[in-house]
Amino acid sequence: MSTDKIGIIRTKVRAGDRVFSTSTLLAGSVILVVLAAVAIFLFVQSMPALVAPPGTLPHGAPSFWSYVFPFVFGTVWAAAIALLFAIPISIGVALFISHYAPRRIAQLLGYIVDLLAAVPSVVFGLWGIGVLAPTLQPLYKWLNLNLGWIPFFGGQVSGTGRTILTVGIVLAVMVLPIMTAVCREIFLQTPRLYEEAALALGATRWEMIRIAVLPFARPGIISAAMLGLGRALGETLAVAMVLSPAAVVTFFLLTSRNPNTIAGNIALQFPEASGIGVNTLIASGLVLFVITFIVNAIARFAVNRRKEFSGAN
Amino acid sequence: MTATVTSALPNSLTAGKLPRGTAWIVLASSWLLIGIVFWLVNLADGSNEFNLVGTVFFGTVLFDIAIYVLSWLVEGSRRAKDRLVTALIATTFVVAVLPLVSLIDTVVINGLPGILKPSFFTESMRNVLGPGGGALHAVIGTLEITMAATIISVPIGLLTSIYLVEYGTGALARTITFMVDVMTGIPSIVAGLFAYALFVLVTGDPGYRSGFGGSVALSVIMIPVVVRSSEEILKLVPNELREASFALGVPKWLTILKVVLPTAIAGITTGVTLAIARVIGETAPLLLITGFTSSVNYNLFGDQMMTLPMFIYTQYANQGPAAADFLNRAWASALTLILIVMVLNLIARLVAKYFSPKSGR
Repeated sequence: MSTDKIGIIRTKVRAGDRVFSTSTLLAGSVILVVLAAVAIFLFVQSMPALVAPPGTLPHGAPSFWSYVFPFVFGTVWAAAIALLFAIPISIGVALFISHYAPRRIAQLLGYIVDLLAAVPSVVFGLWGIGVLAPTLQPLYKWLNLNLGWIPFFGGQVSGTGRTILTVGIVLAVMVLPIMTAVCREIFLQTPRLYEEAALALGATRWEMIRIAVLPFARPGIISAAMLGLGRALGETLAVAMVLSPAAVVTFFLLTSRNPNTIAGNIALQFPEASGIGVNTLIASGLVLFVITFIVNAIARFAVNRRKEFSGAN
Repeated sequence: MTATVTSALPNSLTAGKLPRGTAWIVLASSWLLIGIVFWLVNLADGSNEFNLVGTVFFGTVLFDIAIYVLSWLVEGSRRAKDRLVTALIATTFVVAVLPLVSLIDTVVINGLPGILKPSFFTESMRNVLGPGGGALHAVIGTLEITMAATIISVPIGLLTSIYLVEYGTGALARTITFMVDVMTGIPSIVAGLFAYALFVLVTGDPGYRSGFGGSVALSVIMIPVVVRSSEEILKLVPNELREASFALGVPKWLTILKVVLPTAIAGITTGVTLAIARVIGETAPLLLITGFTSSVNYNLFGDQMMTLPMFIYTQYANQGPAAADFLNRAWASALTLILIVMVLNLIARLVAKYFSPKSGR
């Protein structure tokens, strides 16, 4: 506020101003401290597992990295399946709300999709195991019987439907609201003149969207996908409840021996773990933290770079 | 019917056009057709449960194909593609809403008998192995833990957003904004592990469990949500109000306290309510740091505490001899939790609608 230039009246620095601005600065710094503390505390608690001699880790794993590898694979695999479903559907829903639905009901439809975000993950888990898995099981049996020659559908089909494909679908439903919200915001930011120019040249509505809206929104769609990926990687309870896990690395989608995710493994093992088992789980949590941190940082970087154009978050 | 002149005139502008409302008629007939097929299959099977979800889904798929073929025959390939995409995009919306409908339907049907029992909110699970019992201990735990998390998060979050909007410039403000964004994406289970690691280091007890630990974990999730929403709202406060206040000689901190915050209070309340709704259903961190119990525990700072999400999880995961009773309680508490979250969302929207200042725009 005050400058030292001659001729400008310098404001008096009041005690109230100083106290208030310092406390807001402190609060802001607390966030940086907390984020650093998360990394430091996790690292300190995972040290015993990282340097543990062979044979002391759970499942007789020779080193921490060979212990955590199947879970890293499971985490990425489940999230990839979820995105495979969620990306096209969220783009479609966002386009429906932004460009197809009548203006008056568009906002209402947006609320309906946001309602999905209000459902706690443990309820999704209950629904996944009670409703979705039994519903999909006959479909899995059919896929395995008729399309079993495709590597993904091979293997011994699960009798309960608690497979990684079911988990992927539940995760897709859970990340849908955030991805739809980001896509919708960006679709609405498309310059009106581009759209009208395309329509004036005789384009149909789909051609207008393809040549005006989608190219403009592509970076936003990518960051929406990254944000969804960040959510799907860290989702815990839905995975822990629905998946029938095993410490395996497999691409089979329909069997009852599925690669578990890091978060799901922690939730299942932590209450009974003790000693070095706890340290191992915390170390795997640190791995998850690093993965999601990188994914989110890339997503946010992509969003922020285009902040002038997009209104996303 | 409109004449099909596509063969004579390849120009799509002058090609034939399907009459208005054709799409709706085709959609209704597709649903009807698939419905009849499912009904016949049911008759053959002898089962009497009508598959509504299947009917809507396969009927919509049939509609996509039918409208494409029809439009291609009458209107040419460009318009046919346009109609196909319109139909597909409407289909994605239906696909997205189906899980929500199925979920709410299941939770209400399975949970309603449970929460209508008066004992559900007046009894805990102490010494209950079969039917009966209730979620009193879980409701108490959820209220206390969420309240403590709110008390920690709101001052920090609000002050940070004030810093970012009113004071912050340069690298520090940019770093904080970026870190808040990244913090929004921290997996909730990592927040739980952090709280566990923190309290174990402080107390030196590797089996540490308490409700307050859960509050700390929830704060890590809640603070960035509060910061983001308050920041957006504070940015909306017109600069003219601040300048008018400065012009009258009011110091900056009083301007913020007496002019900026009162103008933005409705939006801030909305943001805080939504943040509470976001963390009240979190389970993973509480699983690690708060633990679970079947008795009432009022003490936030000692011993394990039960919460509603953990109640759902334990009733599902540790089913006793009478599994049905445990599942019924799980569904009943799921319904309770969803109702709480939806009421909080509703309150937030109503506050935003009725208490926000009337702007000139």
